[in-house]
Amino acid sequence: MSVYLLRRLIQAALVMLAMSVIVFIGVYAIGDPVEILISPDADQAERARAIAALGLDKPLWQQYFSFLGAALQGDLGRSFVFNEPALKLIGQRAPATLELAFGATIMAVIIGLPLGLYAGLRPKSFGAQAIMTGSILGFSLPTFWVGLMLIMVFAVQLGWLPSTGRGETVEILGMRWSFLTWDGLAHMAMPALNLALFKISLVIRLTRAGVRETMLMDYVKFARAKGLSPSRVIGVHVFKNILIPVVTVVGLELGSTIAFSVVTESVFAWPGMGKLIIDSINVLDRPVIVAYLMSIVLMFIIINLVVDLLYSVLDPRVRLESK
Amino acid sequence: MKKYAAAAVKAALSAFVVAGALPAAAQTLNLAVGAPVTSLDPHYHALSPNYAVADMLFDSLTAFDAQARVQPRLAESWKPVAEDVWEFKLRPNVTFHNGNAFTAEDVAFTIARVPTVPNSPSSYGIYTRAITRVEVVDPLTVRFHTNGAYPLLPVDLGQIEMLDSETHANPATEDFNSGKLAIGTGPFRMVSYRSGDRIEYVRNDGYFGPRPHWARVNYRMITNDAARTAALLSGDVDFIDQVPTSDIAKLRGDSRVQLSEADGLRLIFLALGHSHETNAPYVTDNDGKPLGRNPLRDVRVRRALSMAVDRQAITDRVMEGASLPTTQLLPPTAYGALPDRQVGRADADAAKRLLAEAGYPNGFRIQLNGPNDRYMNDARIIQAIGQMWTRIGIRTAVEGQPWATFVARAGRQEFSAMLVGWGTSSGEPTSPLRSLLATVNPQRGWGGSNRGRYSNPAMDEKLAEALRTLDDNKREALLREATTIAMDDVGIIPIHIQKNIWAMRRGLRHEARADELTRAQDVSPAQ
Amino acid sequence: MSATTAGSTAPAPTSGKVPRAETPLRRFILDFAESKLALGALVVFLAIVLVAVFAPWIAPQNPYDLAQLDIMDGRLEPGSVSEGTGMTYWLGTDDQGRDMLSGIMYGLRISLLVGAGSAIVAAFVGASLGMLAAYAGGRTDTVIMRLVDLQLSFPTILSALMILAFLGKGIMNVVIALIIVEWAYYARTVRGTALVERRREYIEAAQCLALPTRRIIFRHLLPNCMPPLIVVATIQIARAIALEATLSFLGLGVPITEPSLGLLIANGYEYMLSGKYWISFYPGIALLITIVSINLVGDHLRDVLNPRLKK
Repeated sequence: MSVYLLRRLIQAALVMLAMSVIVFIGVYAIGDPVEILISPDADQAERARAIAALGLDKPLWQQYFSFLGAALQGDLGRSFVFNEPALKLIGQRAPATLELAFGATIMAVIIGLPLGLYAGLRPKSFGAQAIMTGSILGFSLPTFWVGLMLIMVFAVQLGWLPSTGRGETVEILGMRWSFLTWDGLAHMAMPALNLALFKISLVIRLTRAGVRETMLMDYVKFARAKGLSPSRVIGVHVFKNILIPVVTVVGLELGSTIAFSVVTESVFAWPGMGKLIIDSINVLDRPVIVAYLMSIVLMFIIINLVVDLLYSVLDPRVRLESK
Repeated sequence: MKKYAAAAVKAALSAFVVAGALPAAAQTLNLAVGAPVTSLDPHYHALSPNYAVADMLFDSLTAFDAQARVQPRLAESWKPVAEDVWEFKLRPNVTFHNGNAFTAEDVAFTIARVPTVPNSPSSYGIYTRAITRVEVVDPLTVRFHTNGAYPLLPVDLGQIEMLDSETHANPATEDFNSGKLAIGTGPFRMVSYRSGDRIEYVRNDGYFGPRPHWARVNYRMITNDAARTAALLSGDVDFIDQVPTSDIAKLRGDSRVQLSEADGLRLIFLALGHSHETNAPYVTDNDGKPLGRNPLRDVRVRRALSMAVDRQAITDRVMEGASLPTTQLLPPTAYGALPDRQVGRADADAAKRLLAEAGYPNGFRIQLNGPNDRYMNDARIIQAIGQMWTRIGIRTAVEGQPWATFVARAGRQEFSAMLVGWGTSSGEPTSPLRSLLATVNPQRGWGGSNRGRYSNPAMDEKLAEALRTLDDNKREALLREATTIAMDDVGIIPIHIQKNIWAMRRGLRHEARADELTRAQDVSPAQ
Repeated sequence: MSATTAGSTAPAPTSGKVPRAETPLRRFILDFAESKLALGALVVFLAIVLVAVFAPWIAPQNPYDLAQLDIMDGRLEPGSVSEGTGMTYWLGTDDQGRDMLSGIMYGLRISLLVGAGSAIVAAFVGASLGMLAAYAGGRTDTVIMRLVDLQLSFPTILSALMILAFLGKGIMNVVIALIIVEWAYYARTVRGTALVERRREYIEAAQCLALPTRRIIFRHLLPNCMPPLIVVATIQIARAIALEATLSFLGLGVPITEPSLGLLIANGYEYMLSGKYWISFYPGIALLITIVSINLVGDHLRDVLNPRLKK
C-alpha cells in the first residue's frame, strides 16, 4: 500500500513538472504580458524596464530554471499583476470556490440520485420519461445564458435572492467562509444551482443506466428470488453496484468545478479561483497561471487516487496494483 | 422549497436592517465597477481603475476636473520660474489619515519612490521622468527641475498620488493591499480590500476639500456587463459604471434608474500597416494573389477607406448613441483639438473614384482585425466597417480575438488593418500624437504604440516644437498644426470617441467624468 | 499477446442470444422502433440535419457574406421588412442586420460539425486509450492516466488561447480545441468500467482461448463498456456544442462573421436585459431542440445496444 502511494506521489511530481513546462511554453507563445499590462502612454524605455523588472528579458529556459529553483524552495513566484505571492492569492480565493463547488455537488447528488433511481426502476413510466427529457435541459443550454436567466428571474423580477457577489463571511482557520451565514447561503444559492444543473443531469443519467443494468443481473434476480425486501435489494445490492460510475464522474466533476467554474464565477461576480484564473489568463499573469495549474493538477491526482481507493472499497473485483 | 428558504432569508435580513442600520443605510453607497482593480499601491501599476480607487484614498498635487482640465488640489498654484524649473505652492494644513502633516518633504519623497516600486509591470515613472531634481524650498514650496523646458509637468503630476515620507518609509505593495499603509490625504479611508471582490471605505471627516456625502462606501467589482446591470436593477447596488450600450435604451425607459453621461477621451480608430513596402499581410488582389506594392501606403487609398466608413451609422446603430463620430484625436472642445473640423458624410462613390485613381478600380481584399474583449462593441464595429468597405469594392474579412493574442500579433506587424483605442487621460493631444502617430524613435520615446509604423517628418517637427513651448496658446496652435497634418494624411482613421455612461438608482446625482474614473466623491443624493 | 492473427470467424459470445432467423440489423431496427418518443426524436433530428446540410439553398440570405448585411437593418423585430432590400426577417435580425432565420440555419451547420466532429473523434481517441489503460495496466495505464490528469487540470480557455496563438482563428481549430479538452473524459469513464469488466468471466474465458488482444478489446471488452460510453457521448455532443458557445462567450469561439448557434446566443446575451429577446432566444430554441433530439435518440440507442438489457 505505501509503495503504491509513493509511486503515485512520484508520478504526481512528474505531472506537475510537465504542467509547468507546458504553461511556460504556452504563455510564451500566446503573447507578452508586458504588452497587455503596460500603460499605453509608456514609451520604449519604460517597456524595456518593465520587461526586465518581471524577468522576461532573459531567455525562456533561463526563466524556467530560475522558476524551478525557487519552486523547489516552495516559492512559486509573485503575480505580475498583483505583486503578491501567487500561492497567497490562490489561498485567498480558494474558500469561495470550494464552498461553491461542494454546494453544487451536494445539490447534484441529493437531487440527481433519487430521480435517477426512480427513472431506472420504472423506465417506462411517464415520470421517468419526463425526468429523462427534463434532464437534457440541464446540459443543453450554455451556462452563461442560464446564469443570467436565473439572475433575471430570481433577483430582478422576483427579488428573492441577491443578484451577484458573495455574502457575509465568517472567519474559520484564517479563511473566510460564507456558508455559515444566512446571507452567505442566499448569495450562494443561484451560482451553486447554475453549476449543479449539468451535474444533476449527469447523475440522473448515470444512476438510471446503472440501475437498469443491475436490476437484470443474476445476483439481483437471485436476491429478489430469495425474498429479500425490495428496499434491501435496491439499497444494498443495486446501489452498491451503480456507485462506481457515479463516484468516478462526481469526483471528476467536483474537481473540474473547483478548478474551472470560470463562467459561473464571472456571471455571478463570485470572487473565487475561477475568476482569478480567467483574469490571469487574460493578462498572461504567468506566475499565477503556473502556480494555479500545478495546484489543480495535484488536486486532480489526489481526487483520482481517492476514486481509485474507493473503487477497491466499493468493488472488491478491482484490486490496486502494488508490487 | 427555495421560495420559503428565500423568504426566511429575507425576513432575517430585514429584521437586522430594521433593528440597527436604517440611518446608516442612507449614508452607505454601494457601487459596482466593471474593471477589476489590481492594487491599492498607488504607484505599482499605471492603470486607470487603480488610479480611480487610489484617488479616493490619496491626493495628487494637481487634479483633473470632470472635463479633464487641470485644477489645483494639494498644490494651490504653480508657475515656471525658469525655462526648466517649475515652482509649486502647496496647500497648508493638510493632514494624512493618521494625523501626519503633508509637506514639501513628502512631495520629494513621493517623486523619488515612484520609479523604484519593485516588480511594477507599468510604472508611474513615465510621469515623473522629466524631473531631474526636486528642490524643497520651504515646507510649502517645492521646485521641480526638468530636463529642458517641459510644459506638461502640471498635467503629468495629476497622475501622481502623494505619500507620507514617515508612514511610507519602507512601503511594500502588500502593505497597501492589507490596509496597513493605505493611508493618504484623500476623502475616504480604507477599511478592507478583498482582491477581485470589493473595497470598503469610510469617510475621512478631516478632509480638506468638499466633504463627501457617504459615511461608508462598498466599492464592488462586477466585471460581467449584464450582471452589473442586473445588480442595479435588483437593487443590490445603487450605482454602476460602464453601462453596456445594449442596456442604455432599456435603462432610460426604467423609472427606477437614471443615467449620467459625459463625452469621453477614448478614441476608437483604425491603424493601417505602413511597414511592409510590398506584400502586406492579409492584403491580396481579388483572386487572393499577392498584390505587390502595399496599397495602404497610398494616401488616396487611405482616404477612400476613411470616406467609406459611415461613422454616424456606427454611432446610431452599433453604439446606440454612446459615441461621438470624429475625424480627429479629441473631442472638439478639448485643449489642442480642431474645433472646426467636420466629420463629413460617408461617400461610397467618391471613395470608389479615389480607389480607381490610385489604380484599384476593382478594389482588393483585406482583413480587418480587432480585439473582441477590450473596447465597447469592438467586434461589432469591425464587422460594420467590414460591410462598409466591402461596398466600395474592398472585400473585407473580419477577425476578432482576445486582446492577449491580438496585441502580441499587432506588435509583430502581422496585421495590415486593425481597430485600436486610445484613452487620452491628460485631455490634450500630445499623448496620442507622440505615441500613435510620431515616427518610431526609441531614443526620443516616440511612437511607442504606433503599430502601423506611420511616419511623417513634417508632423514630427511640429510636435517636437510644441513639446518645447511653455506658452499654452502657442503650444496649442502648434499641436493643432501637427494634428491637421496627420489627419489630412490619414495617418490613422478615427472612427469615434466613446461616451462614458453611468447608471444609478433614481435620487442620486453624479458628476460624469470625461476620464472614465468612477469615484464615490462624485456621487451624492439629488437635492 | 500477438494482435496479428485476428480471426473473424469465431462468433462473439454475447451475440449468441440473438435468434438466427433475424439479421442483427433487422432486430436492431425493430428494437429501436419500439419507442415512439425516440422515433419522433429521430425524425426531428434528421430534419435538423437536412436543414443544416441544405442551408445554402434554402436560407433567405447568406449570413456569412458581409456584403449582404446592412447594419441599418440591425436588431429588427421578428417580422420586420428591410428598407433596403424589401426582404422580410421572420425571426428578426441581430446587431449586424443578419437575418436570424438564415443565421440559425447556417449556425446549425457549424454547431453540428463542431459538436459531433469533436465528440466522435474525442470518443474514439479517449475510449481506445481508456480501454488500453485498463486492459494493459502497469506502466501503460500509469502514463495514460497521468496524461488524463494533466489534461483534466488544463483549462479549456488556455488550450483554446494556445491553439488560437499557434493556428489562428477558425472552425477546425475550435474542433481541435474541443477534442483536446474532451478525450480525457471518455478515457477516464471507459477505463473505470473496463477495469471492472476485464475481471469478469467472459474476458477470462476469451483469454483462456488465447484470442488476440485486439480482438478481446474490441469484440468483448468494448461492447460491454458501451452503455456508459454512450451516456457520456450523447451528453458530450451536447456539452461540446455548449462549450463552443462558452468559448464564443469568452471570445475564443468560431470567427465572428461565421456564427454558430452558440455564438449567436452569446451575441444576443447582451441584449437579454434590454428586451431584444429574439437575438438569443431563437438560436437558443434551435440549440435546445437539436440537443434534446440527439439525446432522446442516444438514450434509446444505448438501451437497445446494451447487451445486458436484452430480453
